[in-house]
Amino acid sequence: MQYFSEAIKSLWTVLVGMKVTFKHLFVPSVTIQYPDIKLALPERERNRLYVNMDDCIGCDQCARACPVNCITIETVKGLPDEDLGKTSSGKRKALWVTQFDIDFAKCCYCQLCVFPCPTECIYMTDVYEFSEYERSDLNFSFVTLTPEEITQKKENFAKLESEKARLKAEQAAQKAETAAKVSAEKNVADQSGKKEK
Amino acid sequence: MIYDYLYKLTGSEIWAGVIQSFFPLFLFILPFALFAVWLERKVSAHMQDRLGPMRVGYHGALQTIADILKLLQKEDIVATENDKPLFNLAPVIVFAGSYAVFAAIPFSGAFIGSNIDLGLFFIIAVSGLVVAGILMAGWASNNKYSLLGAMRSAAQIISYEIPTIIVVLTIVMITGTLSLYKLSELQSGYFWNWMIFGGPGPGLHKFLFIPFMFIGFIILYISTLAEVNRTPFDIPEAESELVAGYHTEYSGMKFAMFFLAEYANMFAVSAIVAAVFFGGYQSPFGYLGNAFNLPWLIPIEQFFWFTAKGLFFVFVQMWLRWTLPRLRVDQLMAVCWKYLIPISFVNLIIVGLISVL
Repeated sequence: MQYFSEAIKSLWTVLVGMKVTFKHLFVPSVTIQYPDIKLALPERERNRLYVNMDDCIGCDQCARACPVNCITIETVKGLPDEDLGKTSSGKRKALWVTQFDIDFAKCCYCQLCVFPCPTECIYMTDVYEFSEYERSDLNFSFVTLTPEEITQKKENFAKLESEKARLKAEQAAQKAETAAKVSAEKNVADQSGKKEK
Repeated sequence: MIYDYLYKLTGSEIWAGVIQSFFPLFLFILPFALFAVWLERKVSAHMQDRLGPMRVGYHGALQTIADILKLLQKEDIVATENDKPLFNLAPVIVFAGSYAVFAAIPFSGAFIGSNIDLGLFFIIAVSGLVVAGILMAGWASNNKYSLLGAMRSAAQIISYEIPTIIVVLTIVMITGTLSLYKLSELQSGYFWNWMIFGGPGPGLHKFLFIPFMFIGFIILYISTLAEVNRTPFDIPEAESELVAGYHTEYSGMKFAMFFLAEYANMFAVSAIVAAVFFGGYQSPFGYLGNAFNLPWLIPIEQFFWFTAKGLFFVFVQMWLRWTLPRLRVDQLMAVCWKYLIPISFVNLIIVGLISVL
C-alpha cells in the first residue's frame, strides 16, 4: 500500500509544482530591457564626478580632500588687470585653472571632494556607463582653456613674475645704491671732520 | 494522398518518393526546431519571471535564425585524440535516427511518409538507433564527460523503452493494429472516441478502460520523456555534472545536428503520445471542411490539429523542465524498474482481462 501511496504522492507533487510554474508563466517579468530602460537611481547615488569649470576657482581643496589623489589641479595666477569673471555665487576668480584632471581609474567614488568645494562646482552625476578599453582613457580632463590659451596664460604669468623680479631687483639695486651713497657721504663728512681737526 | 499527387506530377516513383521524403524535413522539422528553440527559451524565461530573447525580431522571434547563422560560421573542431570516422558519423546517425521516426508519423489524413502496417513498431525500433549514435559520439570524443553521458544515455534509453513498449502493447491489444494511420482513423469523430477516453468501442468496456488508459498515458509520457533525455531525466547531458554530456566535444554544424535531432525527437515522442492516446490528427469536434462542404480543407485542419497536439506535449515537456529537479542515477533506475514497468505490466494484464470480458 505504501508503494501506491508513494507513487500517487509523487505524481501529485509533480502536479503541484507544475501549478506553481504555470502561475509564474503569467507573472510580469521582474527584469528590464537594460540599455533601453534604466531603473531610477537612488537619490544620493555616487557615480562619475563632474566639474563645472565656470564656477571653479582653482582652490585645490578637492584635490587635498581626495584620499587616493586622483585629482590633479594646476593653476596660474591671473594678471592684476585681467578680468577672470565671477562664479555663480559672486566670488571673483583669481586663478587660471590650467589643469584639472580626474583619473576615474583611481577614483573610489567616496564623494569626499564634493563637500569642501566652496563654490559647489564639483558634484556627482548619474552617469555610470563610462567603461573604456584603455586605462588612460579614464583620465578625464575638465579644463575649458585651449592649450594655446594655457601657454599664453603661463607666459603672461612668467612675464609678470620676471617683471616683478626685475622691479624688485631694480628697487634692491637702487636701495643699495642710495645706501652706498649715504654711507659714502657719511664717510666723506667724517674724513673732512677729521681734517678740520 | 500527397504521394499520388507527386507521382502524377513527376511521373516517376523515385522522384515522388524523394520529394515526399524531404517534406517532413524542410516543411516541418526545421521550422519546428526554429520555433521550438525559441519557445523553449521564452517558456523558460517567463517561468523564471524573465523576458528571454527580445532583441532579434519581435520578442526575439528571429533569435534562432541568428543562432543558426552563428553556428554555421563556427569552426568545426576535431581534436587530435578523437576517433575521427566515428566522431564525424555520430551526429549523422543520431539525426538519421530521429528523422527516420518521422517517416511513419501521420501528419494528416493526406500525408504520412510511409503508410506501413508496423508503424508503431518501426518508430520504436528506429528510435533505438539514436542510442548507437549517442554511444558513438561519447566514445569517439575521447572525453570522460562525453563517455559518462553516453553510457548514462544508453542505460536510460534502453531501460525506458520497456515501459514504452508495454504501454504501446496495451493499445495494440485493444485496437488490433500497429499502423498509426489506422490507429488515427479509429479515433475519428469526437474527442470521446480518443483512446484516452476508452477508444471508439461502444458500451461498458469503454468506461472500464478510462482509468487504465490514464495510467497508460502517464507511463508513456514519463518514459518517452526519459527517452528524449529531457529534464527531469536529463542525466546524460546534465550540464552541472557532465558539461554537456555526449556532445561536449562537438562544435559548429555537428553540434547543430545534435540539437536539431533533440528537438525533432521531442516532437516525435509528443506525436506518438498524441497519435496513440489523443486521436492523432483527428479534430476533437468535427471539421470545418465537413460543415462547409470543402473537402480540401480537411487535411489542412488535420495537420493543424496534429501539430497543435504535438506542440502542446512539447510545451508540457518544457513546462516539466522548469518544474522538476534532475533525478539521480539510482532514482532514475528505480522509477523505471520499480514503478513504471510493474505498473504498466499490471495495467496491460487488466486491460487484457477487460477486453476479454
